[in-house]
Amino acid sequence: MVPIVFKWIVFLVASLLAIFSAIMMVTRRNPVHSALWLVVTFISLAVLYFLLNATFIAISQIIVYAGAIMMLFLFVIMLIHLEKGPEELKVLGASKIFAIVLTVLLFVEIAVGVYYYRVTTFKPGPMPLGDAKTVGFLLYTNYLFPFEIASILLLVGIVGAVMLAKRRKE
Amino acid sequence: MVEFSYNLYLLLSAILFTIGAVGVITRRNGIIVFMCIELMLNAANLAFISATGIHKGLEGMIFVFFVMTVAAAEAAVGLAIFVMIFRLRGTISVDQMNLLKG
Repeated sequence: MVPIVFKWIVFLVASLLAIFSAIMMVTRRNPVHSALWLVVTFISLAVLYFLLNATFIAISQIIVYAGAIMMLFLFVIMLIHLEKGPEELKVLGASKIFAIVLTVLLFVEIAVGVYYYRVTTFKPGPMPLGDAKTVGFLLYTNYLFPFEIASILLLVGIVGAVMLAKRRKE
Repeated sequence: MVEFSYNLYLLLSAILFTIGAVGVITRRNGIIVFMCIELMLNAANLAFISATGIHKGLEGMIFVFFVMTVAAAEAAVGLAIFVMIFRLRGTISVDQMNLLKG
């Protein structure tokens, strides 16, 4: 068993890194820098998933998010020469202050909800192991129909992306 | 040293969700707004995984799998739309996206 102190250290490092890189992602002006900081956030979230015994989800987080989706983002940023980016509003206008107040309210709401969240069906014991075998077994038995729907959704996504990005003949 | 409380994970999820929401509201660059939406989806995924730890069932992980599928399809189609808008208008600032305005 992993000692509890080690777990705490990993949790603190990964969560602080996730928060820091998320803040960096939101505040950078260059979209390429933002995308790379977002990759750091995704990888530290994958570490947290490993800590929660969700090994299958952690690996697919690294492959799908940090690999495929962010590669797509970087590709599009470089395709349309966005490294400089459109001019952002420099001044802290009234709308921005209103937005920040609104989101702080949202955070307080969620935090209060988390603080008073008491599960009546809490079962003590270790976290169930979500490796590829157990998650795959569930996906191919109980959740077979949603799984097939997901494959159709991906197919529609591929066809839609190709149709949209195709250059029309004028 | 006390055992982990899953509320810590839920709190981290709330913080990441709030950062993503701030980004969506304040940034003007369309692609960065899109990345902030991905960050909010990830915060929701973290909440699902910690709910798996609370209820000791694996359904949360199944949910996260489907959220990842939807995010992948959404990224492909959304970025194709951004490429189209850039070809049409020469900018992807969300303030200038008023094509539907009469």
